[in-house]
Parts: sequence; C-alpha cells; structure tokens
Amino acid sequence: MRLPVNAEIAFTHLITRKKQTLVAAMGVMIGITVFIFLNSLMRGFDRSANDSIFRTMPHIRIYKEDEISKPLQEKNEKQEYVIVNPKIANTTKNLINPEQLIRILKKQPDVVAVAPDVAVSVFYNNGESQVNGIASGVNIMEQNKMFNIESFLLDGSLRELEATQNGIILGVGIAEKLNVRLNDNITITSSKGKRKVMKIVGLFKSNNATIDKSKSYINVAMAQQLMNERPTYVTDIFVNVKDPEKAAEYISSFQQMTGYSAEDWKKANEQILAAFRIRAIMSFAISVSILMVAGFGIYNILNMIIMEKLNDIAILKAMGFPGMDVVRIFVMQAVIIGVMGVTLGLMLSTTVITLMQKVYVGGDIGYFPVQYESRYYISGIVFGLAISFAAGYIPARKAADVDPVSIFRK
Amino acid sequence: MNEKKAILQARQIGKYFHDPVTFKVLDNISFEAYQGEFLTIVGKSGCGKSTLLYVLSTMDTDFEGELWIDGQNISRWSQDKLALIRNEKIGFVFQFHYLLQEFSCLKNVMLPAMKLGKYSLEEIEHKAYEKLDLLGLKDQALKPASKLSGGQQQRVAIARALINDPLIIMGDEPTGNLDSRNSKLVFDILRDLTRTYHQTIIAVTHDNDFAKNSDRTIEMEDGKIIHDGFVRNGNIIV
Ligand SMILES: Nc1ncnc2c1ncn2[C@@H]1O[C@H](COP(=O)(O)OP(=O)(O)OP(=O)(O)O)[C@@H](O)[C@H]1O
Ligand SMILES: [Mg+2]
Repeated sequence: MRLPVNAEIAFTHLITRKKQTLVAAMGVMIGITVFIFLNSLMRGFDRSANDSIFRTMPHIRIYKEDEISKPLQEKNEKQEYVIVNPKIANTTKNLINPEQLIRILKKQPDVVAVAPDVAVSVFYNNGESQVNGIASGVNIMEQNKMFNIESFLLDGSLRELEATQNGIILGVGIAEKLNVRLNDNITITSSKGKRKVMKIVGLFKSNNATIDKSKSYINVAMAQQLMNERPTYVTDIFVNVKDPEKAAEYISSFQQMTGYSAEDWKKANEQILAAFRIRAIMSFAISVSILMVAGFGIYNILNMIIMEKLNDIAILKAMGFPGMDVVRIFVMQAVIIGVMGVTLGLMLSTTVITLMQKVYVGGDIGYFPVQYESRYYISGIVFGLAISFAAGYIPARKAADVDPVSIFRK
Repeated sequence: MNEKKAILQARQIGKYFHDPVTFKVLDNISFEAYQGEFLTIVGKSGCGKSTLLYVLSTMDTDFEGELWIDGQNISRWSQDKLALIRNEKIGFVFQFHYLLQEFSCLKNVMLPAMKLGKYSLEEIEHKAYEKLDLLGLKDQALKPASKLSGGQQQRVAIARALINDPLIIMGDEPTGNLDSRNSKLVFDILRDLTRTYHQTIIAVTHDNDFAKNSDRTIEMEDGKIIHDGFVRNGNIIV
C-alpha cells in the first residue's frame, strides 16, 4: 500500500511557509503572464500586418521574369571569348494566353481565387504636381473578391469604376499630394508615353503608406491602351490559396504548370517578415528569460527550505526514506508552487488580454491586436511547469545526498 | 536457555576517521546480538559508541568487516536497499531527540509506518495512539512536536521507533533526557518488548543502573571491546 506520505510532508513544508510560497508562486504568475501576453501580442501584430499586406498583395503572383540578353555565341571557333554587355532584353512582360492560364490555375486544389492584373508604371499629374506610381489594370469586381477592396475604400464606389471607362480609384496618399478629390480629373502618363485624362471615381486607404502613395486601380482595357497593347495583354496573374502560410509550397508546381515565374508573398516581403521574425524571437527570448527568473525564485525558496530542513532530511533517511523519496518531497513542493503560479498566470494573462483588447492605439493598428492564443497558453503551461520542475530537481538532488550521520553528529 | 537466534552480527568491524589525522575509531569489533536480547554498550566519552551504533544502524556504510542483519550480509548493499531494511527492521532513538518539528507528535510516530505502507492509515493511526499511550503521551498526540519538552520529545521518538514493530531497536542514550521516573518507565517498556515480542534492544548508555539491569553489557575503550558479558544480579559475568 502506498500512502501519500511524501505529499503530506511536502504540503506541510509549504503550509508552514505560506508567505514565501506565495511570493515564489507570484514570480511564476508574472512570468507566465508576460510569456502569454507578449507572445500573443506579437502574433496579433503579425496578423494585422499580414492583413494589411493581403489588402494589396496576393498570396502568389505569376509574372514574366525580365530576361537578361545572352551572347549569340558562347565562344568563337578560335576559342576566344566574345565580350558582351548583358542587359535586360527588350521583351514585353506579356503573359501569353492568360485566359487559359487562369482557367488552369482555377482548377488547382487549394486555389481559392485567381485574378489577372496589368501593371502600368505611370505619372499622375494635376497641373504642376506630379506623382509616380503603379496603376493596376483590373477587373475590379474580381479583385474585390480577392482583396476585399471595398473594405478599405474611403470614398466613391467600385461599380462606378466598372461603369466608367476612364475611371480611376486613387490611393489617398496620391490624392493628397495632387490635392484632388472624388470626381476631379487628373492626367496619367504611361511609361510608353501615352497620356489619358482620368476621372476619380474612388479613393482607398490600405493603411500601408507606401501603397497609398503610389497605387491606383483602373480598368484592364485602359491599362492595355496605356501600354499600347492588345486586349490579351496581362502582366501578372494573382492567386490566393487556402492557407497563405503554405503559399511557398505551390511555387514550383505553378512555375512548371505556367512556364512563368511565381513568387509567394513571403518572398516578396522578405525584409518586413525578417524584421517581424526578429521581433518575435526577441519577445520569446524575453518572456522565457522572465520565466527563468521565476524559476530562480523557486530554486531559491527550495534551497532555503532544504537548508533549514537538513535535520528533517536526516531523520527521514534514518527512518528508511530512500534518496528518491527525498527528491520527490522537494520536487513536489516546486511543482506545487509551479502549478499555483501557472494557474494564477493563466487567469492574470486572460484578464490582461481582455483589458488590452479594449485599448485603442489608433494609427494603422486600431485596437490592440491581441487575442487569446491557445498555442501560447499551452506552451506557457509546459514551460512554466518544466522550469518549476527543474528549479526543484536541482536542489532536491542535493538534499537526497545528505548524509544523515554527519547531521546527527553536529 | 533454548536455541538463540543471532539477529545482528558484527564481524571484525573496523573504521577510520581521516580528519584531522587518520585514526582507527573502531578496531576489530565482533559480537552477536540475539533475538529478544537487551544489550547495552558502555564506555568513556569519545570511545566510539555512537560511531559503532551508526555502523550497526546501516546509516554509515564506510567501514571494514561485515555486518549481518536477520541472516543477511548487508555490508555492500546499496543505500536504497538499506533504507528499506531500516524502515522495516530497525527502530531508532537518537542521542538527542530529532522529531520533525512541524508535525504533530502523532504524525511523527505515524511517518515510518506510512512509509512502510503495510497498514491502512486508520490502522496506523490507531497503532500510533497505542504507542504514545504506552509512553504516557496520549494526551499530547495532536500537539506539534516543537511544543513538547525535551523529555516528552524523547519519548515520542521512542514511540516512533516502535511503530513498525522492528526486529531491532537501537538507542543512543535513549533515556539521556529523562528523569529517573521516566527513565525507569522507558527501561521497563523496552524490557517488556524483549520479553513479550522478542525484539532486540541495542542501547548505548551512560546510566549504570540502566546497563546493570540489561541482559548483557559490552564495554568499549578506544574503539575496542574490552568487556562483553551477561548481567546476573547486577554483576557482569564473562
Ligand atoms: N566525523 C568525524 N571525523 C573525525 N573524528 C570523529 C568524527 N566523528 C567522531 N569523531 C571522533 O571519533 C571518536 C568517537 O566518537 P563517538 O561519537 O563515537 O564517541 P562516543 O563514544 O559516542 O562519545 P559520547 O559518549 O561522548 O557520545 C571521538 O574521538 C570523536 O572525536
Ligand atoms: Mg555518542
């Protein structure tokens, strides 16, 4: 019969030291709270950043890569090198037979939306003021399905663009610089030198300042005219898949399927995402450090209890408690403190998240973008308990090695 | 006398201390303790009595020679196995009391039995009350150990040593803290155990009366046994 004698001893030790036990548990509580809150917040930031990325960027973009001109002959017959000056070949960025490509892509599993795009680099003019940027020739209703443009449209309407051949929906940044409003006219000039007078039928604000200062939506046909091209001219095909995190996995198959280059959104935003990743690693490191400090708190109180209890340990060993029981007695104390701290920490972090969600930060972000992230709750519990266990195990091992005879002789 | 069974055998036990200089604290100690025997060990202060008792108790494993308990040579056993032997077969009363101060007297007495796990908690509690009653401490059972006098604590420690009905009860001056009345009480209890339950007592003592009334007394000097004899009418017979 195994009686819970070790547990009884462990509890007695803690109960006779309520205050210190509580302080150590509070250390764990704070560690867990910081861990869960900070990591959840970082994930929230990433989510809101991704949301803003996906307002104007597809998960995958298929386009024709610039070709570098190659020498016509590698070497002449005398085995002498021919020196050439490689430069971007003067070919169009036209995707051949885009209709068919779109049809094929739409049939792929995991593909949720496909839309063509004609990117035209343009100057926006209003009198003397001039801004350069990219006009996207789109079927606005189709792109709306992909990017939910309507959700960040400030003024005007998408239908109006569809109905107005020379309509344009401008980023607010451009409108501000050119000092124009809805229904005003502006001139745009393409890189091919074509000029068109356009009517502003909408304004959008994507919360990405760079995009808002350069991008506009126009009709596909207008974009093709600006490029002096036929109605089949398409520069990009945008593809959205089920799980954007897995976008990179489709790249090679899409490239083979279409014969063109494909780029996923992560590749296109490598720098921003690298910064995010560093931020996430930093906050993870900080929160784990705080948990470790909480672990030191447990380690401290246990070391203290063990120092005070050398006599008890000697008596227990004399009565026939093996070393392993002594380890159990003290590890149990550490784990009890850990469980208390983790439980309090879960409650506190939930409270903090609930409160912070109601705080308005403004700017691109709006409300504090923090949610209850179950993954950090789970890893918080695991880390918290693991650290408590380790913090107890180390001094407990020492306690198990106490030689009762040397204690009794004192 | 009928056939005597040796419960504990010391065979040429030797032990050195190295601090500050190497010296032999136990020198060629050999004797047997029999079932139901009340054995006392006497000798001048510093002659090695406590040291010997720690070796016999299995707590000190750093010695030469052999130690047999209940027919087994336990000299090279692991600490964990020795712990089991101590829990089941040996009860201790130390030179100074040594109770767990944060626990009640009752809990202190119950702990070795809870560790052994042979009986249910209710049975253990019942037995613990019996042992405390035996030592005249039933009314103190629920007091924390720290609230008891030195003599009371020592008696609780004796009750604790008895809880698992061990084969051998060892005591390092088990009556050291007691007045003559309680000393007599403890002596009678221990004697009773040897007679009724054939438990073996090995007690180190400075108390001449205590030694004289025991069955057999071993006298030590400078780590050696200089006298080992049965007691008859208060005289040691070789
Ligand atoms: N850990 C140790 N290191 C070195 N010497 C020790 C150690 N422990 C005890 N001694 C010495 O060993 C000798 C025997 O000590 P022990 O405690 O066994 O004596 P004792 O017979 O029990 O004395 P007392 O009657 O005073 O309790 C003493 O000389 C003591 O100083
Ligand atoms: Mg001594």
